[in-house]
Amino acid sequence: MTANIIIATVLVHLFTALLQLTFWRKTITQRVLSVAGSLTGFAFALGLFERVRTGPILTMNAANWEAPFGIVFVADQLSVTFVLLTAIVALAVSIFSATGVGRARMLYGYFPIFHFLIMGLNGAFLTGDIFNLYVWFEVIIISSFVLLTLGGRKAQLEGAVKYMALNILASTFFLTGIGILYGITGSLNMADLSQKIQWVENQAIINLTAMFFLIGFGIKAALFPLYFWLPSSYHTPPSAVAAVFGGLLTKVGIYGFFRVFTLIFVPDDFIKAVLMGIAVMTILTGAFGAIIKDNIRRIFSYLIVCHLGFVIGGLALFTKIAFIGAVFYLIHDIMVKTNLFLMAGLIRHLRGTMNMSKLGGLYAQYPKLSLLMAVVLFSLAGIPPLSGFWPKVYLFDGGYQGNDYLYIGGIIIGSFITLYLVARIWSEVFWKRAATDDFVVDRFKSLQWHRKTLLVLPICLLACSSLFIGLNAEYIIQIADKIAGEMADPSPYIEAVLGK
Amino acid sequence: MLIVVLLGLIVSLLLAAFGRHIRPGWWIFLAAAPLALSAWFVGQLPAVAGGETLLENTRWVPSLGLDLSFRLDGLSLLFGLLITVIGTLIFVYASSYLKGHPYIGRFYGYLSLFMASMLGVVLSDNLLLLFVFWELTSLSSFFLIGFNNDQADSRKSALTALCLTGLGGFFLLVGLVLMGRIAGTYSIQELIASAGLIKDHPSYPVIIALIFIGAFTKSAQFPFHFWLPDAMKAPTPVSAYLHSATMVKAGVFLLLRFTPLLGGTPGWSYTLLLVGGFTMMYAGGHALFRTDLKSVLAYSTIAVLGVLTFLIGLGTREALIAACTFVIVHALYKATLFLTTGIIDHETGTRDLTQLSGLRTVLMPVFIAGLLAALSSAGVPLFFGFIGKDLIYEATLHAGEEFRLYLTVAAVFANICLVAAGFMAGIKPFTGRLVPQFKQVHLPEWSMWIPPLVLALLCLVFGLFPGSIGKLIVSPSLAAVSVAGEPVHLKIWHGFNPVLLLSGATLAAGTVLYLLNSASANKMAFVGRFEVVSPQSLFNRGWRQLMRFSSLYTGILHNGFLRSYLVRIIIFAELLLAFELFKAGPLSVDFDSLAPITIYEAMNVLLLVGALFLVVKASSRLTAVVGMSVVGFAICLMFVFYGAPDLAMTQFTIDTLTVVLFAFVLFNLPPFLKFPTRNKAIITRDAVVALVFGGILSMIAIKVLQVPTSKEVSKFYGENAYLLAKGKNVVNVILVDFRGFDTMFEIVVLGIAALGVYSLIKLRLKPSERE
Repeated sequence: MTANIIIATVLVHLFTALLQLTFWRKTITQRVLSVAGSLTGFAFALGLFERVRTGPILTMNAANWEAPFGIVFVADQLSVTFVLLTAIVALAVSIFSATGVGRARMLYGYFPIFHFLIMGLNGAFLTGDIFNLYVWFEVIIISSFVLLTLGGRKAQLEGAVKYMALNILASTFFLTGIGILYGITGSLNMADLSQKIQWVENQAIINLTAMFFLIGFGIKAALFPLYFWLPSSYHTPPSAVAAVFGGLLTKVGIYGFFRVFTLIFVPDDFIKAVLMGIAVMTILTGAFGAIIKDNIRRIFSYLIVCHLGFVIGGLALFTKIAFIGAVFYLIHDIMVKTNLFLMAGLIRHLRGTMNMSKLGGLYAQYPKLSLLMAVVLFSLAGIPPLSGFWPKVYLFDGGYQGNDYLYIGGIIIGSFITLYLVARIWSEVFWKRAATDDFVVDRFKSLQWHRKTLLVLPICLLACSSLFIGLNAEYIIQIADKIAGEMADPSPYIEAVLGK
Repeated sequence: MLIVVLLGLIVSLLLAAFGRHIRPGWWIFLAAAPLALSAWFVGQLPAVAGGETLLENTRWVPSLGLDLSFRLDGLSLLFGLLITVIGTLIFVYASSYLKGHPYIGRFYGYLSLFMASMLGVVLSDNLLLLFVFWELTSLSSFFLIGFNNDQADSRKSALTALCLTGLGGFFLLVGLVLMGRIAGTYSIQELIASAGLIKDHPSYPVIIALIFIGAFTKSAQFPFHFWLPDAMKAPTPVSAYLHSATMVKAGVFLLLRFTPLLGGTPGWSYTLLLVGGFTMMYAGGHALFRTDLKSVLAYSTIAVLGVLTFLIGLGTREALIAACTFVIVHALYKATLFLTTGIIDHETGTRDLTQLSGLRTVLMPVFIAGLLAALSSAGVPLFFGFIGKDLIYEATLHAGEEFRLYLTVAAVFANICLVAAGFMAGIKPFTGRLVPQFKQVHLPEWSMWIPPLVLALLCLVFGLFPGSIGKLIVSPSLAAVSVAGEPVHLKIWHGFNPVLLLSGATLAAGTVLYLLNSASANKMAFVGRFEVVSPQSLFNRGWRQLMRFSSLYTGILHNGFLRSYLVRIIIFAELLLAFELFKAGPLSVDFDSLAPITIYEAMNVLLLVGALFLVVKASSRLTAVVGMSVVGFAICLMFVFYGAPDLAMTQFTIDTLTVVLFAFVLFNLPPFLKFPTRNKAIITRDAVVALVFGGILSMIAIKVLQVPTSKEVSKFYGENAYLLAKGKNVVNVILVDFRGFDTMFEIVVLGIAALGVYSLIKLRLKPSERE
């Protein structure tokens, strides 16, 4: 079914950004526009999500050229779920940015670029064309690069250069892969590719091409041994930016994996084995990296790496049960990771630092906020019935079915270290009395009431989403099950796009 | 039953919301919640004793087979009563123990959460639901152990406890998922009905191993026991409630619950006998060397948990009767002893056995409670403990011919230690001469000394009327655990038999041991010497090693050099691509099918390679930029050769502009940075990596050329550019119409880049704005 509404979320953020550009240096107007834009985007995303959840897959042919000749946008359950999650994150970060980002950054285009980034993410999730996906990746890279450098501190630039260099390398791999695919099949439409690839006689070439995508997406998703840019850069930008990055950037790479490795390349045993090896090593590398850090944002950065291993392992198992686990984990992870970075920003407002050794005393001073953050932290650790618990049941189940005890062991180690870190953060940041009061720069206390609200509200919003995911797991499982179905059998997608 | 489980949770949430408004004297009224629950459980006694079970089912996550299904049978009733009755007394006790504490509201919040979760564990009829509550008990235990959050010790103990039980929890979850997968259901009743399915499955050993790890960590079995003595940093009511009477018995409960499902195999029995047996002797022995009252109690608790595990491992009808009875026996006397210890600590400020003495004159009712509990713990006739001990010996003596002796000796040894430990905790502080420093000690409020006295009296009452306890509680529990048999008759008097003889001998030996073994710091020091090989220090050492390894590993991988990241990524890509290339078969190039190489092309390639070499070797930025521009132009020439002149034109323009801009910018920059570390080896490595990568890509390109291409899409463009899109230049039409979206958003990319450059040049943050 065709429906132009699909790209509404892309356009909303495009126009928000353009409108904000016309209000250059009017930071208050930009803040209002940002929240309004994100709210509108959220409304459209929710509408689209509901429509696809209850109805068929929707498509839209750009410029009305039919697939596979033009660029097609496709809204299947996987896409719209990502779009909705992006919208929630965007809304939360928009609100948080209003107070959490300094005025100087706003004067130099923080908000427009933020909306361009969100636009790029939406585009990437919705496009049905592999080259167009590359274009969206470009949008994402350039806007995230600008957000990273905005402010121009030395540490920021150092991180940003690594980020840029490695991500451009990723794009190069991705683009080479696209080039080869086009050379082989003469097509760029993903649904079309899915079919044409089966007609290629020399399937070895196909597997060879798949490797380019594996490495390209692998760098973007920050998997072992390609993850280096992430811990180099995520601790440098303002928390609002880190939150979007932590929640969504790597997930685009994961989305790429989910889409391309189920629709176009169906992994053979070797690719599955490679993915599984990568998954386990990613879990361990992330866990070992996180365990030795003192700065909470660095801990969260490494934990992102660790938990992406869980997800890729779910893909590597390539069974429906494991897909459900992986998708559920992603849904949970996007909400929680974004929130963790927002929390880190709030903690910085409260205490002026993010180093555990200097932090302390939040529990005594801010019991309600602590309770709120506890929900987030323990969701991350997967204490049942909070959100991180449910996907693990599926992943364990999938691992057992696939006879992959190494992966199960990996998840146990990863979960254990996560639990340890959560408990340690709780103990050091919340329980412990702050070492001395000299360090404490409580900027939060002196803020006006509405500014405090703007900082806390988004964390509340995301925590509520996490609680919803945890307590109403059945609903999420239904969604994840539908997505897993799409991944396991892409024929409805192909039919929706090509109409045959 | 849902409300029974959720009541504690509701109380806890209400406290979180309105806790501030509660006046200091009102906390005691919170005990109404556990009191009401215990009344409910008592009310169910006759029905359950009559063989009924209560079922309740509410849908929650049906896709996962997880429903809020609760089931009240004998075993859950036994534990439910313990949780709520002792809970009531603890709630009362804590109201004055923590009187005036600023965080008393949080304390009751966690305590209520714990009560709810523990009731959930014992009432769940679904594996996953059980696990949900299981983890929640660990979590509430974490918050309660760390309750005195200013003390580093408390925090560390809380962390250790959560990590160990949490780790066990993950293993347990895997075990439960495996069971669910094999049997196709998570409902415990359905699982028990198809018990054979799991026992005969090849994964059975894995499953019981996983379940054991979960149960042993929770119930503090060797070598996971050490979190429990540490957990004594919690306020004493917590130690009494969680870490002695209820939570630590969750592991035992789980083993009992799974006995009909997984039990009876050699793997099950021997593991439990061995682990339980070792734990009870190890911890029993350890208890005698402690000087801190709570440590004595902690180790004796571990020993008792060992006894229970041991009995479940034995698995005979007698052993299970003994286990069920002993759970009650222990909960009653140990909670009493903890509570009296709490009073002593609260009133005198110390728990050191070497200092405490003569308190009977100032704390008479507390002494009575302690004495009664100690006597019950020692198994003196007429006390409930006597019956418990009898049942244990009966079980070991009736075990299989070949093990009987060993099992009995082990049980006797553990029990002797327990007798002495009980006396140390319940009698020692009260006897002897009253030290002057304790002259001012006075009895606390009634709400503190009544609860232990009530519990202590229960030890006696149950001992006097064992018949009804047997009928009402033990019998139904047994029915839930093993095949139904004739009802259990607990009796005070069994006649003169070997069991009685052993009981008497245990009591005598324990008393002698107590009298001979005076607590002293020297003995502590003596045991301290073996600390290096204790599981705790091994664990700590392992943890430090893990930290060291992690630092090393992360340091090597994430060394801060962009170039080493790039090299690793390229090498990884080479490995994967080379392997796939190798799998794709030998490379045969049909040169005839390729267009012949012209002299222009050859020259151009030479130019390109030469320029690249220049770039790599360049010692100034300007040279490098010039070199890159030559590379760019060479590529443009390729476009010219292969029939894309308009593309080449664009590319030429862009390249020229870029070079000019670059030259302008570079003019103002400081000279090229030289890396002093650039040695030959690194250069060679990089060169090899780069050449191999280039080689692989070329081979792939040649391979791809040989695959016939479908021209469907490009043919469509060529045919319809003019007809449908009304454009004469196909490339233009592709750019602005067929694939106009790509172009549009590439323009956006340029716009963003421009913004970025602008802000990068202009924006300078003041220090106050930095984050």
